[in-house]
Amino acid sequence: MTDARFTKDHEYVRVSEGVGVVGISDFAQSQLGDIVYVELPAVGAKINKGEQLATVESVKSANEVYAPVSGEVVEVNSDLENAPASVNEDPLGKGWFVKLRLTDESELASLMDASAYEGFIKTL
Amino acid sequence: MSNAASDAPAELAKIPLDALHRRLGARMAPFAGYDMPLQYDKGIVAEHLHTRSAASLFDVSHMGQAILAGEGAARLLETLTPGDLIGLAPGRTRYTQFLNQPGGILDDLMVTRLPGNDERLLLIVNAATKAKDFALLTARLPQLRLQILDQRALLALQGPQAPQALRALLPGVEDMQFMDWRAFNYMNETVFVSRSGYTGEDGYEVSVPVALVEDFALRLLEQADVAPAGLGARDSLRLEAGLCLYGHDIDETTDPVEAGLAWSIGKRRRAEGGFPGFARIRAALVDGPPRRRVGLLPQTKAPVREGAPLFAPDGRDVGRVTSGGFSPSLSIPIAMGYVAHEFCDGGARLVTQLRGKEIEMRVTPLPFVPHRYARKDVK
Repeated sequence: MTDARFTKDHEYVRVSEGVGVVGISDFAQSQLGDIVYVELPAVGAKINKGEQLATVESVKSANEVYAPVSGEVVEVNSDLENAPASVNEDPLGKGWFVKLRLTDESELASLMDASAYEGFIKTL
Repeated sequence: MSNAASDAPAELAKIPLDALHRRLGARMAPFAGYDMPLQYDKGIVAEHLHTRSAASLFDVSHMGQAILAGEGAARLLETLTPGDLIGLAPGRTRYTQFLNQPGGILDDLMVTRLPGNDERLLLIVNAATKAKDFALLTARLPQLRLQILDQRALLALQGPQAPQALRALLPGVEDMQFMDWRAFNYMNETVFVSRSGYTGEDGYEVSVPVALVEDFALRLLEQADVAPAGLGARDSLRLEAGLCLYGHDIDETTDPVEAGLAWSIGKRRRAEGGFPGFARIRAALVDGPPRRRVGLLPQTKAPVREGAPLFAPDGRDVGRVTSGGFSPSLSIPIAMGYVAHEFCDGGARLVTQLRGKEIEMRVTPLPFVPHRYARKDVK
């Protein structure tokens, strides 16, 4: 499995054998605050990089989550329905959103690795 | 990821305790032109629940404070508001609204008749509207003196442990009743205390001279059970309590009767009138308003937010959500909005659209969480 790669919009994807686990970064969850609801796409949905993948609702606001890479949704984290706070507690682990079968792995090259992302959020 | 409703950067005013909030770990956010604490490290849900179970300290220094003084002040202020201000006893506070000619709400405010022989009214108004309010008072009531108290901060201590905590600094506050007002000596300065708030809980709002406010806030935060809370929790608390947020649930297009604020219109005022919009308000009181503010329970786990349309079962557009979010106390989404009168009874079923899906919205009485004010008659 590769290390997680990040977008400037604070999504991550961690790819293994053509399937990427997608969620939002620790920085993103800390900025959102208490997450109370996550709306996920249907399994089978085909989504292009940069298109809306999910909606995450904090106490304060609704926020769109975009696909960090193009692909087909092969699994969604249905545990989030009853435990949306796992996105706050463990965003890169139990708080994952969906698994995408990537249509173009070369898209990963445009994403930041963890250290580049760390550097990026320091500029915000 | 992005938030559609992010605020544009602007020149923000600082409140007196700006540095203290940052030291306490506040995340600051723009509100009504001020840089305000939105939340602290523990987050909105924890701050909200702490307010309901213990006591929270809110900084609401962005709000406007002023004294309106002069002979006939109460009678004259009644020409702009529907509240019974002549009947307000010294040391008592009342909630009312500034109205425009059609009876819409220019702002909502608290009015206190200050003790003493001079006729003086203390006004607390909303931050976003304070400049307009003060201009209105100066233009319409030129025979009175308006003293803007911009050298005072305003703190709110809210929750069941608030009396216990505040009496450590100001002995005697525990004897006050809901909507009582008293001046106290603190370090040779005068602080104003009213037993009131915006959370549905027992608690106080305390006006403190800017020079003393850091000391005052730190001593409150030293009390067992007191923790800081930001505007995020203040908003979720007032929504659970069914209280209006100006510019959202009430504005220049809504009158006090349809807003569910008829309780704040004095009996004498209903008969005599003498305030803007009397014809519309009298008609609404007699015949019932064509629409009303109600509580709404989305039949889903997703919050339904401000602006969501409300449809009757037959598809007619019959209203709109004006505040919506998540209730930390109940762990469900809750909302308020205006609906046509035939749908304002508890149990009525409406429909909204949320991201392309139909969601049932069940009408329910307000508040969502019962008020726990320190009233003699309910003890």
